[in-house]
Amino acid sequence: MRNVPLKIMFPILSVVLIVLFAIDMIVGSVHISPREIVNALIGGDTDEVTRTIIINIRLVKATVAMFAGAALSISGLQMQTLFRNPLAGPYVLGISSGASLGVALFILGAPLFGMGTVMNSLGIAGAAWIGSSLVLLVVASVAHRVRDIMVILILGMMFSSGVSAIVEILQYLSKDESLKAFVIWTMGSLGDVVTSELWILLPAIAIGIILSIISIKWLNILLFGEEYALTMGLNLRKCRIVIFLSTTLLAGTITAFCGPIGFVGLAIPHVSRLVCDNSDHRVLLPTTLLIGASVLLGCDVLSKMFTLPINAITALLGIPIVVWVVLRNKTMSV
Amino acid sequence: MIELSDFSIGYGSKRLLTNVGAMIPASGMTALLGRNGSGKSTLLRAIAGLNADYSGEIKIAGVDLRKITPHDRAKKIAFVSTHRPRISNMKCCDVVAIGRAPYTNWMGRMQPQDEQVVYAVLEAVGMGSFADVSIDKMSDGECQRVMIARALAQETPVILLDEPTSFLDIPNRYELCRLLHNLAEKHNKCVLFSTHELDIAKSICDNIMLIDTPLLHNMPTNAMIASGHIDRVFNISDVKR
Repeated sequence: MRNVPLKIMFPILSVVLIVLFAIDMIVGSVHISPREIVNALIGGDTDEVTRTIIINIRLVKATVAMFAGAALSISGLQMQTLFRNPLAGPYVLGISSGASLGVALFILGAPLFGMGTVMNSLGIAGAAWIGSSLVLLVVASVAHRVRDIMVILILGMMFSSGVSAIVEILQYLSKDESLKAFVIWTMGSLGDVVTSELWILLPAIAIGIILSIISIKWLNILLFGEEYALTMGLNLRKCRIVIFLSTTLLAGTITAFCGPIGFVGLAIPHVSRLVCDNSDHRVLLPTTLLIGASVLLGCDVLSKMFTLPINAITALLGIPIVVWVVLRNKTMSV
Repeated sequence: MIELSDFSIGYGSKRLLTNVGAMIPASGMTALLGRNGSGKSTLLRAIAGLNADYSGEIKIAGVDLRKITPHDRAKKIAFVSTHRPRISNMKCCDVVAIGRAPYTNWMGRMQPQDEQVVYAVLEAVGMGSFADVSIDKMSDGECQRVMIARALAQETPVILLDEPTSFLDIPNRYELCRLLHNLAEKHNKCVLFSTHELDIAKSICDNIMLIDTPLLHNMPTNAMIASGHIDRVFNISDVKR
């Protein structure tokens, strides 16, 4: 019913996304002119070093930034609607602490068991993914039995606090070298993904996004609360499982490859609600996807310009957004 | 339409209703009366399919409620709870459109006939001119009407309402109940609602269902008044002394 503004909004957001993607390709520690970038991309006449920088580093990093922003934001939107809590984000179910535990066991635990320090990035991602999936399994099995979604929310939070405590013990017992590797992982990085890993990351995110599209109607019904949702014919168990699975694929995969990236998943859904002035997930979900992708590309540009860890940028940008949303819209609800 | 047989339900260790039976006709408005904590909401939620923790049988149009899938149940029973969701940036017509969920496809795409139903039920509850206003800007009475329109949009033969008149002022209470009575009469619906409004129940409703723990009385309004059950359960003579 708001078709006219939407027809303008989606093209604008798409153009913003493309422009930011282009800027992200241009900005970097080595100066490369736009003409050379285009040449490298279309296989024109460029030297080998430039080609490697453009295709293997910048293109991969920009792609990862785009998908990470979209994935985290969509998963934050799903969690905010499912838990009807404006402060829910992709990590409320303990996905990031599960991933941290996996990585901590991998980086910090291996030396403790005399296996030497391992820094393989695919190994780190695998450990993180296994950790977050295990957490999801526990939460999903609880969700299967518990009716009240708030109980699940509290259990998820307690569970992640418990896991964090174990991670702290591991940190305390670890040597400096592996401790530093772990701390750097927790700071997040969009640049650690190598081209071959994209073939794992992109399909996982694509499946997560497809599942989130399947859950659009359910999310709209869930805005009324689970009781109303049940009386309107929703199969609560099925849709909880699908939404949890989608969130694990989206947030879990990104966390596995890039570390826990804060505030994007929490702040972007609120920005989208303000931008499109609509609670219908058929509008909200694509808006969140486009804005999330653009914002993380923008953060990556800033992080390259000032050589800062991505998590510092997302927090410094995200916190004012959340504060602004809360103050502007005192009755903030989802 | 709604048939309870050998029905027992409790709340925790407390037994509320024991081996009761009742038959609520397919057309007409029935008020569910009872003291605080007597189990009005518990009974309504059981019929709505939200509480399966009962023994005995609930039949909807002759079919055991336990054997109806959630999706089919949503086409038979609509429920308006005491919870009024105030979703920001959601227009009344979109709220009502959600009531079409059992009929729309996986994306929730509205067909022209779905749109027609939405506007027809908004008119029916007197909220036609509010279709494009956001639900979070509505008063309690208006919000309740929109939620009733949402239930009507489900096009179910049965509508259950849990204390629909709470938080409304007295004129709005009567108006809302007359509206429900009209809907029951015009659209041949079975409307069952819980309430503490004895006067409204006596003056507007066709039937009264009274929880007299652990029994359940169900009679046409005049017979119920004549029986004296209401005065006894609510200790009217003691209260007025």
